[in-house]
Amino acid sequence: MAGFNKVVSSYDDAMSGLENGMTVIAGGFGLCGIPEGLIGQIKKMGTTGLTVVSNNCGVDGFGLGLLLEDKQIAKMVSSYVGENALFEKQLLDGELEVELTPQGTLAEKMRAGGAGIPAFYTATGYGTPVGEGKEVKEFNGRPYILEHAITGDFAIVKAWKADTFGNCVYRHTAQNFNPMAATAGKITVVEAEEIVEPGELNPSEIHTPGIYVNRVIKGTFEKRIERRVVSKETV
Amino acid sequence: MLSREQIAMRVAQEFKDGDYVNLGIGIPTLAASYVPDDISVMLQSENGLLGMGRYPTESELDADMINAGKETVTAITGASIFSSAESFAMIRGGHVDFTVLGAFEVDVSGNIASWMIPGKLVKGMGGAMDLVAGAKNIIVTMTHTDKHGNPKLLSECTLPLTGVNCITRIITDLAVLSVENGAFVLQERAPGVSVEEIKEKTGGKLVVPENVPEMKF
Repeated sequence: MAGFNKVVSSYDDAMSGLENGMTVIAGGFGLCGIPEGLIGQIKKMGTTGLTVVSNNCGVDGFGLGLLLEDKQIAKMVSSYVGENALFEKQLLDGELEVELTPQGTLAEKMRAGGAGIPAFYTATGYGTPVGEGKEVKEFNGRPYILEHAITGDFAIVKAWKADTFGNCVYRHTAQNFNPMAATAGKITVVEAEEIVEPGELNPSEIHTPGIYVNRVIKGTFEKRIERRVVSKETV
Repeated sequence: MLSREQIAMRVAQEFKDGDYVNLGIGIPTLAASYVPDDISVMLQSENGLLGMGRYPTESELDADMINAGKETVTAITGASIFSSAESFAMIRGGHVDFTVLGAFEVDVSGNIASWMIPGKLVKGMGGAMDLVAGAKNIIVTMTHTDKHGNPKLLSECTLPLTGVNCITRIITDLAVLSVENGAFVLQERAPGVSVEEIKEKTGGKLVVPENVPEMKF
């Protein structure tokens, strides 16, 4: 690597340094916008005891669900985990811990983590099981709970296009949690559909500036659809 | 008693021209089909899409375009797409005019329980807690009673809460009600449903004005 060129040529290099017990923040919503190859590499490495922060945990046999097969995940921090039979089994067997976190709070925890804000107050979850044991403070007569930021040893991100400097653009709703995840990793790895030269992306339209990104790898994506709903072709 | 479609039709009557609306899964989503022709509303999907359109045709199908229910969708002309943090900033910040969502229970204090039944596997709250904490107006759609006939409008929710003191309007298969000053206030009744039946099937304090009109469709 030289200068700002972040491109790595192998998945081994992309996830080099990942160790047992680390925290990994993953972009994606359901199966949309997930770093498929980086997840595959974690499976191949066999790293265990991971804390994975991601809105969901994939499905059986795809996405983060792959990491359940060899019991690599010790704890999930997610807002919704209902799509996965293996997940249910490991949870009920006590092999997996889950910290259910409201979706907006989860996004903000990542954003705050990347932005150097250690904690923030939110009305979300006040008076519910999510608020139990958390500090409460009133602002303008309304109670808010204190939520702490999240950072990861690694962040794994899926981009549409990245340039070699790590500037990223996401496509459609595959953006989701990826921009926040990108900011919150000590080592942020971007898996992109396409890698371009600096200057090919419009600087005004970059979603994630390269400063947040440590490694970029070109991936190939299956892009599996979780709920395929179509309407009839109109003539 | 209203059908699911009729509940959705009644929900759609609440929308005003120019409203930004987030619709939950189930009956709330159906309401999108009944928005009157003379008004425009824009649908917000909390995974990061403002201006959600209809389901795609086979040729439009795109794995990168989904809604919060993880279904493939399209975007309307003039839509915008953004991150989850941006999406919940507009929700939490009170910029979404209406949220419509289902519930297991609602009580006279405006508390809502919609995500967790103890003893059953908990899948998660998704964005529901953020939505009820942030929207300016929340409409709860649900059946007036559970499948055993027990009231779901209560003095105090028995299930773990999704949010406190946030529900102001409820549309059920029997009635439209508001939540005011620690009571449900009966606003409208479904065609052919008597005030007596609604009283009988409501668990929490119910205020019945002198005149309770039938819903109009």
